Amino acid sequence: MDVSIAPKKASTRSVLRSDATRKFLAFGALIVLLVYFSLASPHFMTFNNVVGILLQTSVNGVLALGVTFVIITGGIDLSIGTVMTFSSVMSAIFCINWGLPVWLGVLGGMGAGALAGFINGTIISRMKVPPFITTLGIMYIAKGLSLVLSELRPIYFNAAPGFREIAMGSVIEKIIPGAEIPNAVLIMFGAAIFAGFLLNRTILGRYTLALGSNEEATRLSGVNVNFWKTMVYTVCGFFAGIGGVLMAARLNSAQPALGQGYELDAIAAVVIGGTSLSGGEGTIMGTIIGAFVMSVLVNGLRIMSIEQEWQIVITGGILILAVYMDVIRRRA
Amino acid sequence: MSGDVDRLVVMEAIDKSFPGVQALESARFDLRAGEAHALVGENGAGKSTLMKILAGVYTKDAGKILYKGQEVNLPNPRSAQQHGISIIHQELNLMPHLTVAQNIFIGREPRQVLPILLDDKAINAQTRELLAQLHIELDPRTKVSDLTVAKQQMVEIAKALSFNAEVLIMDEPTAALTDAEIEELFRIIRDLRNDGVGIVYISHRLEELFQISDRVTVMRDGRTIDTVRIQDVTIDQIISMMVGRTIYEVTPEIPEGNSQEVALEVRHLNRGRALRDISFQLKKGEIVGFAGLMGAGRTEVARAIFGADPIDSGEIYIGGKRVNIHHPSDAVRHGIGYLSEDRKRYGLTLDMDVETNIVLAAFRRFLNWLGLVNKGKVRRISRDLVETLAIKTPSLQQKVKNLSGGNQQKLVIAKWLTADTDILIFDEPTRGIDVGAKSEIYRLLNDLAQEGKAIIMISSELPEILRMSHRIVVMCEGRITGELTSAEATQERIMQYATQRTAVTSGD
Repeated sequence: MDVSIAPKKASTRSVLRSDATRKFLAFGALIVLLVYFSLASPHFMTFNNVVGILLQTSVNGVLALGVTFVIITGGIDLSIGTVMTFSSVMSAIFCINWGLPVWLGVLGGMGAGALAGFINGTIISRMKVPPFITTLGIMYIAKGLSLVLSELRPIYFNAAPGFREIAMGSVIEKIIPGAEIPNAVLIMFGAAIFAGFLLNRTILGRYTLALGSNEEATRLSGVNVNFWKTMVYTVCGFFAGIGGVLMAARLNSAQPALGQGYELDAIAAVVIGGTSLSGGEGTIMGTIIGAFVMSVLVNGLRIMSIEQEWQIVITGGILILAVYMDVIRRRA
Repeated sequence: MSGDVDRLVVMEAIDKSFPGVQALESARFDLRAGEAHALVGENGAGKSTLMKILAGVYTKDAGKILYKGQEVNLPNPRSAQQHGISIIHQELNLMPHLTVAQNIFIGREPRQVLPILLDDKAINAQTRELLAQLHIELDPRTKVSDLTVAKQQMVEIAKALSFNAEVLIMDEPTAALTDAEIEELFRIIRDLRNDGVGIVYISHRLEELFQISDRVTVMRDGRTIDTVRIQDVTIDQIISMMVGRTIYEVTPEIPEGNSQEVALEVRHLNRGRALRDISFQLKKGEIVGFAGLMGAGRTEVARAIFGADPIDSGEIYIGGKRVNIHHPSDAVRHGIGYLSEDRKRYGLTLDMDVETNIVLAAFRRFLNWLGLVNKGKVRRISRDLVETLAIKTPSLQQKVKNLSGGNQQKLVIAKWLTADTDILIFDEPTRGIDVGAKSEIYRLLNDLAQEGKAIIMISSELPEILRMSHRIVVMCEGRITGELTSAEATQERIMQYATQRTAVTSGD
């Protein structure tokens, strides 16, 4: 009698534990939300609203892509929100205060983010300060520096007219008239493809997974663990830099007081996307889906005229639910 | 000596000490090409340390290592691997989230034109070839977490050999394997040996050595006792070399327990692979010693009884009544105390003072009707216990971390005495304690037993087991393989049971 039960049990177990299930959980949640809001409100599935959601997702999505790498190694990066702001401010300083061309301002902003990530990684891997503390410290430092450098005032890009186009122009509209999808959306998807490539096809991605899976074994295999860990945080900072440029272009200004709290939205997106905080597993596709789950939720609730305060409450509940589903899956 | 070409490895006069321990003292070892060389010894004899030095995991303090006749320096695992020396650690060192091929090539992935790009096709193909050579059936693209322990071991072997290893060190490779899996492993070892690889095989399972090894080296207390050809010795001879002199063997200090009243009975306890069909009795006033090698499952028995780990099946009776213990608090309620082997981690709150630690397990009894701590009562009881157990502390308010190991251990005992326990489980009660404090702990155990407490004492030190126990239960790989009275017990007989791998009992 037992014989018929045992293998069946084993197979449900393996299905539950498989990667496909993990991806499906977040994807399924997204589909459910989309269907629900479409039925609940006629204003949800309109071209303008969908473009709004995509645009809304872009900055959080890009930040989440970067921190996905860090979380896969079993670390955390709390600094990406204010590093994003720091990158916007640096872009503005390069373009406006120094009068450099826009493309240099963009590179400078991304470089500033990468530098912050490199500092995070160096402190964590060489000085052995725990990631939580290191990035908490850099979070404050980046916030403070942004305020100091901008002299507490937003810096507007009016003198650099091309800058706003980076996010808000539409290359697609030029090709398909009427399809007014802002470049920020393209940049997010481009960044996602780049991140997927990094994670799945390069040495960096392989070591990111290996570090999270078993750091000691990775070290014993002769991998330069400190170097690669530093690189992972650098990549994360680089994505925060892209986020900063996008943010500045969307607002046509660098807003030094903005940024804090963005890191938590990004981490929430990564976690909803099925990346394990204990490290070793995670996917770029999951992160993008997680970022969409969050913005669809906020957008849909707003369309249904639920107050913003309650949107925040519901987002928190969904986050816990998502992780709980993953806990159940693992236990199975 | 240097003309000795067939000697692949010669290690001479190797010293190694860790803080507080002399792990190796003038140890020596040699390995020929194409031989399987077994390395045996009791826990802490220095086998793993010696091999970790050969594999570059540890560096030696003194001595020299000749590899193919040349003196070599092996500062890290990488340099040992480049010489062709690979080790498979006791705890498998794989990355469970990566595939078989990714694990094998971690750290030296073949690159494409752009050096940051991976070439998974190439590593899959190379892995497939490697596995085929070893006659291992495995898809290189399988995730390691989906493999059995045995298959994971095969991956480790394949990984070691992919470095073109000429020396392969295996630290207890069969500890977690089934009989069929062991056969498979032995087949691979024989193939490798025939190809001229020198294999070092660390094992606690003595009967296995006769199936697989050509020579055996016995270590004890950090020294090499002897190296002999396997056909020239018997298991008994190996055991007597392992345990050495028997000067510690004093007759038990305890008068025979006279009570027949059973305090604790365990029936058919099972927990995964860790515990299999554990049944035994413990009488009031009795000290039962639990002997066995590392990983035999002794601590697991204690944790299962104490409710720290969930059990799959089995029954526990206390004073003849069946009890359900799901959580340590249940165990405490039934009068069971567990003194963990790692007292600093599980037994004490080091940053708190002596009296707080003493009352911590029975805090509720020190609260008055308002729920406030009755400080007078705490002080009175702690002072009594500090006196009776002769705990040396300047005051009751001294922080526990400032006490010596022996006094900390006594404090843990005091803690469980306030909690009104009748059954005490001591896990390695004298580990890390100096000789003087040891005998005080022994005296304390005797006193407790005479007061009628029932005591389980887990210990890896055979002389201690022999000296203290009324009865001795010997475990091997999650099973009880023997039970001896203090009159019957000798170090040799205990070792025999502790290395005896009984046939798998049929049926569940």
